[in-house]
Amino acid sequence: MKQAARKSAAKKRAVPARGAKPSTATARNMNELMAYAYALEIEAAERYAEFADAMEAHNNRAVEELFRKLARIEHKHAEQILEEMGWTAPPKSPIGGYQWQGLEGPETADFATLHYLMQPYHALEIALLNEKRAFEFFSGLVRRATTDKVKRAAKEMAAEEAEHVRLIEDWMKKVPRPEAHWDVDLDPPRYVD
Amino acid sequence: MTTKSSSKRTSVCVALCGSGGAGVMTAGNLLLEAAAQAGWYGLMVRSSGPQIRGGEAAALMRIATHPIDCLDDRFDALVAVDWQNIHRFADEVPLDGASLIVGDPDQGEAPEVYTKTGARAVKLPLKQLAKAIPGSWPNMVVLGFAAGLLGIPADKVKAVVAQSLKKGAEQLPASVAAIEAGRAAAAGEGDALALAAPTPVTARRWLITGNQAAGFGAIRGGVRFVAAYPITPATELLEYMAPALPQVGGVLVQAEDELASINMIIGASYGGVPALTATSGPGLSLMTEALGLAVAAEVPIVVVDVMRGGPSTGIPAKSEQSDVSIALWGLHGDAPRLVLAPNSIPDCLTTTQWAVHLAERLQAPAIVLSDQFFGQARTVTDRPADTGVVAERLVAQAGAEGYKRYAATESGVSPMAIPGTPGLAYTADGLEHSERGIPSSGSGDHRTQLAKRERKLVAHDYGAQWADIEGDGEIAVVTFGSCTGAAREAIARARAAGVKVRLVSMRLLAPARPKLLAAALEGVDRVLVVEQNHGGQFLRYLRAEFELPGAVRSYRHPGPLPIRPEEVHRQITEWSRA
Amino acid sequence: MNDLTTATALQPAAFKSDYKPIWCPGCGDYSVLSAFTKAFAMVGKKPEEIAVVSGIGCSSRIPAYLTSYGFHGVHGRALAAATGLKVARPDLTVVVAGGDGDGYSIGGNHFLHACRRNVDMTYVVMDNHVYGMTKGQPSPTTEPDWQSKLSPSGTGLRVFHPLVVALAAGANFVARAFSGDPNGVAAILAEAIRHPGFSFVEVLSPCVTFRPEQRNWKQAVHPAPVEPTDDPAKAARRILTDDGFNVGILYRGDRMVYAPPVGKGKKKPADLERGFEV
Repeated sequence: MKQAARKSAAKKRAVPARGAKPSTATARNMNELMAYAYALEIEAAERYAEFADAMEAHNNRAVEELFRKLARIEHKHAEQILEEMGWTAPPKSPIGGYQWQGLEGPETADFATLHYLMQPYHALEIALLNEKRAFEFFSGLVRRATTDKVKRAAKEMAAEEAEHVRLIEDWMKKVPRPEAHWDVDLDPPRYVD
Repeated sequence: MTTKSSSKRTSVCVALCGSGGAGVMTAGNLLLEAAAQAGWYGLMVRSSGPQIRGGEAAALMRIATHPIDCLDDRFDALVAVDWQNIHRFADEVPLDGASLIVGDPDQGEAPEVYTKTGARAVKLPLKQLAKAIPGSWPNMVVLGFAAGLLGIPADKVKAVVAQSLKKGAEQLPASVAAIEAGRAAAAGEGDALALAAPTPVTARRWLITGNQAAGFGAIRGGVRFVAAYPITPATELLEYMAPALPQVGGVLVQAEDELASINMIIGASYGGVPALTATSGPGLSLMTEALGLAVAAEVPIVVVDVMRGGPSTGIPAKSEQSDVSIALWGLHGDAPRLVLAPNSIPDCLTTTQWAVHLAERLQAPAIVLSDQFFGQARTVTDRPADTGVVAERLVAQAGAEGYKRYAATESGVSPMAIPGTPGLAYTADGLEHSERGIPSSGSGDHRTQLAKRERKLVAHDYGAQWADIEGDGEIAVVTFGSCTGAAREAIARARAAGVKVRLVSMRLLAPARPKLLAAALEGVDRVLVVEQNHGGQFLRYLRAEFELPGAVRSYRHPGPLPIRPEEVHRQITEWSRA
Repeated sequence: MNDLTTATALQPAAFKSDYKPIWCPGCGDYSVLSAFTKAFAMVGKKPEEIAVVSGIGCSSRIPAYLTSYGFHGVHGRALAAATGLKVARPDLTVVVAGGDGDGYSIGGNHFLHACRRNVDMTYVVMDNHVYGMTKGQPSPTTEPDWQSKLSPSGTGLRVFHPLVVALAAGANFVARAFSGDPNGVAAILAEAIRHPGFSFVEVLSPCVTFRPEQRNWKQAVHPAPVEPTDDPAKAARRILTDDGFNVGILYRGDRMVYAPPVGKGKKKPADLERGFEV
């Protein structure tokens, strides 16, 4: 009896699955805002690069190329931020760490979303979700902004992310939808060790 | 052999490659099954990259009009769904100017390592063909193409595909159409690689891997307890036995490690139940202490060692014959035991069954040296007849006065009391013991028991099974295990050129039978020892325990590449001229 | 992404080697690898000051993917090798990695005694409730009714409870993490490395190939409702009602750490001859 009650109490207190945690992120000044923006982009770039490596190791060239492209794009965004702010080195993280909405940065996709037979369309679905989350993140910063300057800048960032959403959606129109049975592999898994 | 009678071939080798879910293993298996249905024999070996899914994969196939035990020296065709990392298989797929490289033009050029062999490129627009048939896959086109090249009848291919798609029957029409498209594309090659008609089949035939064969051989022999710990490339033997054993009243337990599995089977056998486990090199190393226990306590067990590249973790998914030394020499103390080596896939069944019989009869552990090539290759073979050789343990009967478990009998085999039998209780012991089984450090007891444990193995009459001795000549090839197939083909080629060669393929490695080998090598003045390892482990054993006549040469190299017929043939030819 | 405030501290990227992992895409171990690099950066060590010791299995491939020193040993004996390394070289930061098959089955005995011996090292087990590398057999943490080729009707055995065993056997730090939260894993790993004695971290890391149903672990995991304790009795009571998906640090103790002095004696062999003299 006690065990069941304790379990359900724990469940009530439990944090729901990723992405739904209410954000506490606030940027008190431009430096903090742009540090968030930089961290967001650079983490996304690194994650896309890791995804590309995993696809390369599994002979999925088409998706590897797509992830490399996305990595390059995010990397460029990150560099643009450094340029705009006149930073010669990446900014230090805020004290207490980054308060992302989910478990990682909003543009950082979960490793679990990969499949060795995934198609380019799937990769773009992942990118689309990332950009949407980034938009929500900056919108949150807008709402919680305490200075006008930060509010304006955050609004611009949110607008940029919205633009990215449109770009990905356009890109998706040019890419074929996954065929039925895209995940069928007639050969069983092998063991190698 | 690739002799041509009229324009048809007696043997063709084809490699099917692809990556990232291309399904070439499935295509290869279906090709083999269709060939089997049509009456041919065949062999399929799998090779793959390090990934668990989606990696580069190759199905290496040989289809023939007669039973075959090895791959040939070269491949007639390489058919690739795509080229991603397929260059990695170049060493395993030797091509030459008479070979075909079949690829999808949409996938680009074949890797240079293949094209520089002079092989002829053939375009097969796989992706296009598959796309034109909704619901089909490129590997079905490959299957149809390969079947068309070899002349395997369309109805047989359709039958095996229908069988495999039982659950997804609605996919059958698309698959059949894809196969047809592939076959049509192969028509351009005519009969160049078409197989000669199979000889009419009278025997019942099986599709089986060496691991399955060994497992079933154990069941025929009477094994009813198996302890299992998974290890590449032995796991499938254990996975075969898991559902099979209970059906005949046996049981399989998954152990926590190899130390547990070897001790578990000793326990079961002490209780009277014939027992077996299967492992590979690293596992055998762990089992050595308990193997000594089985020797000392005279408890029969069988350990199948499916050898892989060594030492240590080595090359897990590749074959090698490098556990000879540990099997023969690896126990501490003077610890004689049985070591056997099957020399073909169907022989994995017969020899494992024999090993069970010998272990039980002689109350000793038996190590069966199979290897990854046998274990994981799938072959079409005539149904191995049941030799009827089963476990026949000499069991002590109740009522015997003054029972001595370890009595120094003339044969060396003393009746074994099975727990549950009144009046005969004894304690089996790894400690040296008296005839009654009481621990003893006395010199008399030690010598008595050492002599007994040696005598029972050495004095036994193993019959003609101890080796396959074939042919006559002054040159002899002495080998064991998976090199036998290549040696046999090499000798046949030599014979066709007028060079007579004898083959001795040793099946019982330990205890050594020096008199029998001497008789087998009478009249021989040149001995070529063939083995697949770096250190010449079998050669050293022969030199240590046997008399070899005349000159001795060693031909050997380690895995992962097999020893091919032409390698042995070249050695024979050179030496016959010298 | 926390605590990287020292300008001279290395970034996580410095700990990732050039070898691309061959794990199936979707495997939880990718996140754990990422967490390792972050944790190493957080504790402020250099790659050459860290040694990662592993056994055999998919998870045990991890040392090659890091720039730290690595030892890829035999199946199940990583803890023994790591113990030898740490006792002989107490200056190194020793981390042991492997899977549930390697660690709880063949490695079970060494697991018990490593917890008991309490040498200062960190043991990370990537638990996916299956033997992945040998193509899908049950491991000690596999559910009793999971059917496989080697156990066609399931094992029927009660699962192994690693946190219970670790706590009972004497580990000084016991925690569970989930690969779906790489930053969370990194934070727990960093604390585990910093904590003296034997730190045990079980990381639930789904196997996308042999246990695709483990996608639902994301919904099953939940943060532990209470703070870590230094009272073994309290920890024991808590762990007895653990559902296997509580994430967080269970126990942070101050048990005696085994660290025999090395290099302290200054005598020479000749000085020891007196004992033999007639």
